[in-house]
Amino acid sequence: MMQIQLTVNGQAVTLTAAPNTLLVQALREHLNLTGTHVGCDTAQCGACTVLMNGNAIKSCNVLLAQAQGAEIATIEGLAAPDGTMHPMQAAFKDCHGLQCGYCTPGMVMNAVDICRKHPNPSAQQIREQLEGNICRCTGYQNIVKAVQQGAAAMKA
Amino acid sequence: MGANDFANLPYIGESVLRKEDYRFLTGAGQYTDDITLPRMAHAVFVRSPHAHAAIKSVDTRAAKSAPGVIGVLEGKDVANDKINGLPCGWLITSTDGQPMKEPPHPILALDKVRYVGDHVVMVVAETLEQAKNAAELVEVDYAPLSAVVDVRDAKGGAALHDIAPDNHCYKWAIGDKAQVDAAFIGAAHITKLDLINNRLVPNAMEPRAAIGSYSRANDDYTLYVSNQNPHVERLLMTAFVMGLPEHKVRVIAPDVGGGFGSKIYLYAEDVCLTWASKKLNRNIKWICERGEAFLSDAHGRDHSSHAELAIDKDGKFLALRVHTDANLGAYLSTFSTCVPTILYATLLAGQYTTPLVYAEVDAWFTNTAPVDAYRGAGRPEATYLLERIVSRAAFELGLSQDEIRRRNFITQFPYQTPVALQYDIGDYVACMDASQKLADVAGFKARQAASKAQGKLRGIGYSSYIEACGLAPSNIAGALGARAGLFECGEVRVHPTGSVTVFTGSHSHGQGHETTFAQVVASRLGISVDAVDIVHGDTGRVPFGMGTYGSRSISVGGAAIMKALDKIEAKAKKIAAHLLEASDTDIDFANGEFTVRGTDKKIPFGTVALTAYVPHNYPLETLEPGLNETAFYDPTNFTFPSGTYIAEVEVDPETGVVRLDRFTAVDDFGTIINPMIVEGQVHGGLVQGIGQALIENCVYDRETGQLLTGSFMDYAMPRADDFPEFKIGHVCTPCTHNPLGTKGCGEAGAIGSPPAIINAVLDALAPLGVKDLDMPATPHRVWQAIQAVKA
Repeated sequence: MMQIQLTVNGQAVTLTAAPNTLLVQALREHLNLTGTHVGCDTAQCGACTVLMNGNAIKSCNVLLAQAQGAEIATIEGLAAPDGTMHPMQAAFKDCHGLQCGYCTPGMVMNAVDICRKHPNPSAQQIREQLEGNICRCTGYQNIVKAVQQGAAAMKA
Repeated sequence: MGANDFANLPYIGESVLRKEDYRFLTGAGQYTDDITLPRMAHAVFVRSPHAHAAIKSVDTRAAKSAPGVIGVLEGKDVANDKINGLPCGWLITSTDGQPMKEPPHPILALDKVRYVGDHVVMVVAETLEQAKNAAELVEVDYAPLSAVVDVRDAKGGAALHDIAPDNHCYKWAIGDKAQVDAAFIGAAHITKLDLINNRLVPNAMEPRAAIGSYSRANDDYTLYVSNQNPHVERLLMTAFVMGLPEHKVRVIAPDVGGGFGSKIYLYAEDVCLTWASKKLNRNIKWICERGEAFLSDAHGRDHSSHAELAIDKDGKFLALRVHTDANLGAYLSTFSTCVPTILYATLLAGQYTTPLVYAEVDAWFTNTAPVDAYRGAGRPEATYLLERIVSRAAFELGLSQDEIRRRNFITQFPYQTPVALQYDIGDYVACMDASQKLADVAGFKARQAASKAQGKLRGIGYSSYIEACGLAPSNIAGALGARAGLFECGEVRVHPTGSVTVFTGSHSHGQGHETTFAQVVASRLGISVDAVDIVHGDTGRVPFGMGTYGSRSISVGGAAIMKALDKIEAKAKKIAAHLLEASDTDIDFANGEFTVRGTDKKIPFGTVALTAYVPHNYPLETLEPGLNETAFYDPTNFTFPSGTYIAEVEVDPETGVVRLDRFTAVDDFGTIINPMIVEGQVHGGLVQGIGQALIENCVYDRETGQLLTGSFMDYAMPRADDFPEFKIGHVCTPCTHNPLGTKGCGEAGAIGSPPAIINAVLDALAPLGVKDLDMPATPHRVWQAIQAVKA
């Protein structure tokens, strides 16, 4: 067992876990943050995307040990404390950028990262940047619209 | 209420934002893997590494003594406990009058394994890691047998099942062969086509998952399962497999992360968990890993067909003759047998007046995962074949792809096809016109010239599809072999303060029922959408329903709710009449108010609701208190969405790369309740259909039977940068036989798009002399096709 200290959604946490624990397991199983999903076993689908030190990463592909001292942001921490959705979450709702909701947390976290790094992303840029997040429901068209609208709202 | 009045109600046709989105967007969805029960153990399945092998022995001793192990169960335990195999829900009768071959489908293999991934042993341990480690210690001694995976090899392959020595499950046919054969004699032109409809893996983003739970105190079971139709799951499991009374089993399908057909079925793992939860007296969770899903989820499509179309001198179709070999995989999945028959060949008239159609289907067992309904289920296979041969005929006759279709469109309704279906309504010419306009077909030649100037080949492809949704009615389906009803239930519970909870047998796994169905109820009762909640996916709360598949939810499930609302309205009018001191025949109900015709006397819906539950001033002698009604709706016919799709591609002749430049879809779904949700369904369907046409392909090694495309690294899933922005349009001819006028929209995109894409690629390659291409049109395949005509 090892002890890891990290910050999750602004709160300092100390976890005691086996050395082979993945970050996604720590989030889901140790912290009960089940909004981060597992959709594959090859780091291809992006359903487990969270922000680590401000960068979108696939938490199925990172060991908890690698997150020592890191700041992690998950979908649960994105909305305001009173429950008001983050502009990117609101944009996904407005644009019908989700259907079954399973890939959605990863999509939204990646979208936030995209728009922080590219405040005015073109549709093509968004499509390229979302290449690591698979959605089987929406056909992506409304996700692209949502990210554009979310980008504009995040600047406002 | 009739469909015309319904379409004019408030909220109908309005893109109301989804009520379910907040929980999904904030990480608060509750998918099966998000549920943790007390004393929960974890299950892992030991699966066959061989496509076909005899099991000589199973040694579980080491696994049983491994740390944390609670139980290790194998095929002989299943037999000892008298658990039956999985049933097939549709009996197909062969042309010789014999029933299809129905081999046993054991929940854990007993003597033999029949595909890579076949379930052999279940290991249950305190933790997932312990279960996985123990599973490694299970020793199964296999004697490998030769395997057959390609449907074209099935006949001569080693037999999978004793009762089907030639691997043949059934031969089924529809149409008048003699008349069709006669029509081919003397036809001015005959177009012939061989094609493969490639095997696909559904790949809902949430893999299958289940938690089995048993209460000794109450002697009852609860199964949480990622599933599209919990009542059917329960019925099959209790009545056919485990011999349990239904009231002792509750099946809950909580938030479900996509289905696309693959979660309609009763799977072996679901039964194993339910069975083991009592046997081991523990709550047990099993989460399918993606690699396991590739091996063990029911796959889709996998047809090999030959088709011939007889045409007269004016380009009118005289007759269609089809032979299809359908791959059913190793065992019969729940609805596998009706897909290549009832849901396939009955669609072969398409949008055309072809007076004669004959189709013959041979269905085969192979050493592959079971094949069952996947988004479209039979209709994509029919549409692909028909729309490919129609465009090929156009190429051969020197007609444009739209012209040959226009010459053959059905224009009079109702229309009786030669393959059993009767289309109630449609406007195929309007869909074609609208699609051509939206696609800017007029500008195609200029775009083609621009592509050519850059060394690229541009092509345009058409597909005019018909589909049949809301499979029904039950009695006719029963006569055709269905072993289940095809109705839907709806319960409308008006609360004393006038808000409403609706219980539906339909199930949402992305389709937005919680919003669309609430719009239906709110519009009828004149209340806000927020005042209506929809409950689905729980046999403990919802009356017996049939779930969601075949684009049936709004047209069948929504119609059941409409029927329940009719009863609510009729009873509420009686209460209002009492309060207003009038006859209930003089009461009108609109915009949430009951009025006495010809007077200014009125009373709001909320007052009537309250009176129903506080019946102080109430006709108790003649009317029961309460306002809670249930209806079951069994449709009189299928619904028939239709549309014309136009694809425009650019092919690089040097590399074989196909770039989809434009895609236009114009659909006729009848009345549309929420355009935003409907367009989202179309987008998703298109990406699955275009994915099939361009990149997706499930491949088994033809010699060893190993699955070569077993992960997202090997199986090409459509991604955001594979597509342009789609153009979507609508034509509306309301369905004539349900109270909403709706037709269903969930599968259209996946049905209509594959032939449009391949027709476009073939149109682009026509100058090079390429005439044929099978899906998926990967760069390698396209390049090979180009090289083949050069040689």
